[in-house]
Amino acid sequence: MTGLFSEVFLSALLFGAVTAAIPLLLAGLGEQMSEKAGVLNIGIEGMMLAGAYLGFVGAFYSGSLWLGFLTGAGGGMAVALVMALLCVRIGLNQIVIGIALTLGLEGLTALLHHFQFSRSYPRLPAVDVTVIPLLSDIPVIGPALFKQHLIVYLAVALVFGMGYIYRRTQLGLNLQAAGDKPAALDVAGIDVLRTRTVAVLTTGALAGLGGAYLANIGAGLFIPFITNGAGFLGIVLAMLARGRPVWVLFGALLFGVCLSLTTAMQVAGINIPTDIIQMLPFLAVMIMLVLFGRRAGLPAALGIPYERGAR
Amino acid sequence: MGSLSSLSGADKRDIVALEGVTKRFPGVVANDSVDLAIRPGEVHVLLGENGAGKSTLIGMLSGLQQPDEGRILVDGEPTAITSPRHALALGIGTVFQHMMLVPTLTVAENLLLGGPWWQRPKTEELEARVAGITRTLGITVKLHAKVSELSLGEQQQVEILRAMVRNSRLLILDESTSMLTPKGIDELGALMRRLVEQGLAIVFITHKLKEAAAFGDRISVLKLGRKVGEIPPERFRALGEQAIISEIVELMFGKQKDDPEAAQRPVRTIHAEAAPLLRVHDLAVAPTDDAPGLSSISFDIRPGELLGIAGIDGNGQKQLAEALAGQRATAGGSVRLEGASIEALSVGERRQKGLRYLTDDRLGEGTVGTFPVSINFFLKQVGAAPFWRKGVEQRAEIDQRAAQLVREYDVRTPSLKTPVARLSGGNIQKVLLARELAEGAKVVIFNKPTYGLDLANTLASRQRIRDTAARGLAVLLISTDLEELLSMCDRIAVIANGSLVGTVENVDDARTKVGRLMIGLAA
Repeated sequence: MTGLFSEVFLSALLFGAVTAAIPLLLAGLGEQMSEKAGVLNIGIEGMMLAGAYLGFVGAFYSGSLWLGFLTGAGGGMAVALVMALLCVRIGLNQIVIGIALTLGLEGLTALLHHFQFSRSYPRLPAVDVTVIPLLSDIPVIGPALFKQHLIVYLAVALVFGMGYIYRRTQLGLNLQAAGDKPAALDVAGIDVLRTRTVAVLTTGALAGLGGAYLANIGAGLFIPFITNGAGFLGIVLAMLARGRPVWVLFGALLFGVCLSLTTAMQVAGINIPTDIIQMLPFLAVMIMLVLFGRRAGLPAALGIPYERGAR
Repeated sequence: MGSLSSLSGADKRDIVALEGVTKRFPGVVANDSVDLAIRPGEVHVLLGENGAGKSTLIGMLSGLQQPDEGRILVDGEPTAITSPRHALALGIGTVFQHMMLVPTLTVAENLLLGGPWWQRPKTEELEARVAGITRTLGITVKLHAKVSELSLGEQQQVEILRAMVRNSRLLILDESTSMLTPKGIDELGALMRRLVEQGLAIVFITHKLKEAAAFGDRISVLKLGRKVGEIPPERFRALGEQAIISEIVELMFGKQKDDPEAAQRPVRTIHAEAAPLLRVHDLAVAPTDDAPGLSSISFDIRPGELLGIAGIDGNGQKQLAEALAGQRATAGGSVRLEGASIEALSVGERRQKGLRYLTDDRLGEGTVGTFPVSINFFLKQVGAAPFWRKGVEQRAEIDQRAAQLVREYDVRTPSLKTPVARLSGGNIQKVLLARELAEGAKVVIFNKPTYGLDLANTLASRQRIRDTAARGLAVLLISTDLEELLSMCDRIAVIANGSLVGTVENVDDARTKVGRLMIGLAA
């Protein structure tokens, strides 16, 4: 039992938690923006998969992680463009299209991966971390939180950026109006469909980035269905966060700890069946939904395609 | 505003003028060649019942819809108002019947909505502008309160303020008094007066005659999409309030000479001594969030009698129909069918006893749109013999009977298998009629049976209802079309705010009496 509470173990646990939390954070922030604007983006899992695959391909062939993040975000946006076209412009059912996109991308990325990499199973080299002076010397949390790749700090900064957009900018007002009362936005002279399209595309970019992080930094390789429900957890986070980006951060960290614990407990050789340990994050989801889901104030027009003049 | 006089036709002073504007929706002509002149310094009242085409007219002025024919002139120039943004840019601000504010944002944020997305909201600038406007109008607005915390009257002031902040020259108020308290209505009237004194033009839509007479400078009356009359300002001032109201009643409810719907009501004799088939006493329904309640509703219907329920839409008609059919819980009173109390019975049991209800929501609650015509005839008998035996559908039995009903009721359908939603409104109504008038009917409640139907189907439905009464059934006909009631009923009761305010025998001067009851005057 001493191993479980050693400084090294706790630090590794926390480090793993952050690594696991970042894709959830990016997915949750992305989903939050869609939902704020009134689009329930079930396709986010598919956007993450596209981002993971293209992010890996980009990083693998260019040798640059940053270029990988860029192609990953681009891949997510490409899927989001389909979603925006079908669900926002044409007004098809968001749930059906979302599920279709997720399943489609699951198959497509697995297929492409099979053709390209099934013989070699290439891995990316270990990532460079940005060490923050002084803070990284703090025992336990220092090495876990302040010796991370730069994208981790950027993702956390994004939380506050999003908060600023929602609370202080015209764009934030427009997004919220598009989700709560799109007709009011329309008569105020703002194109509801354009506003929602912007939100869905941003979601795609963030989800793609999250997927690219998962492949390039979390695993260092792409495997089929690497996201393993991260996008769906992002949807849960967005719903529980009630429109506040900072709550997505807290939620992502909580789920991150659960996911990391799964790995850590297996490493520590604790005598619990792994199947049960792997249930932990999803158990946490259910507990959180029971505790907070009831009060999750979702936008009034969430999931309803906007049509001018319809009642 | 007092100095303005009227000239006929388009005028240079018109901010906006409509010329022969027509708008059609599938199966309905919402506006039929409407002319309208809107001038600064005038409250132009658009008066008409539900379905008269007021909202469509507003939709076209605010850029939500485009006219099919005719043109809209803005400052004398023919202009296609293509979007709400365009309407705003032209200086046309609209306060819609349903609040167009985002409830989760503050008042200030709502007023700022619509600015360029890359800019920071200009809160300070807004505060200064709002302070200036509210001072001259004598209203106070809580800028930093959430909209959901405001009363409906306050929300409306915010919407008017929003139009002012955007430099509107024409303010359209769509049924703005419908959700206000009497005090709120008076305040709105005073506010409109101050706004037109500042040179604004106002279009005020209402179906309440008293408001029209009290707040207007010019009144246009719409009926079934047509403009049937206009009272210009000089005439308006010459007439007293009572004279204006009676003139409007004449315009709204008066009979047109060339009205194709006019039909002579055959004189029928009802045995006054016959025991009532339906006897309702002191019926009450508790109000809900979205619907008014009913209180002390009492009436009798004898065999062969046609009792009409008149009233402005939304005064409890649907609640009354549903309470009688057993679809809505009552809060007291008794309903007797052939002397036997039925208020404890379920919907199905009431139907069994012979009480039938034809809903006005034909596709929503009346039929299952995706089911074939044949099944829709027997929706209320699903599971019952002879159409179902031991839970199995008897296709041959159903088709045979359905074919018979299709012939009998002249349902125009490509086949028995056609999903009922593909039929026209008139044919769906025939399916409903066939179903509800089938064997065993004793009392039939019709809720707005001709609403939204074209002329031929309207006349056919009316004949069907007359025949029903002639067969000796008791008929309750709920309608917002006074003409329809006058042409068919033996007696007409008027419903207002969930209670019957009077019952009139349908003889010579019934039209005037019912009209007066409907607008809240004693018969």
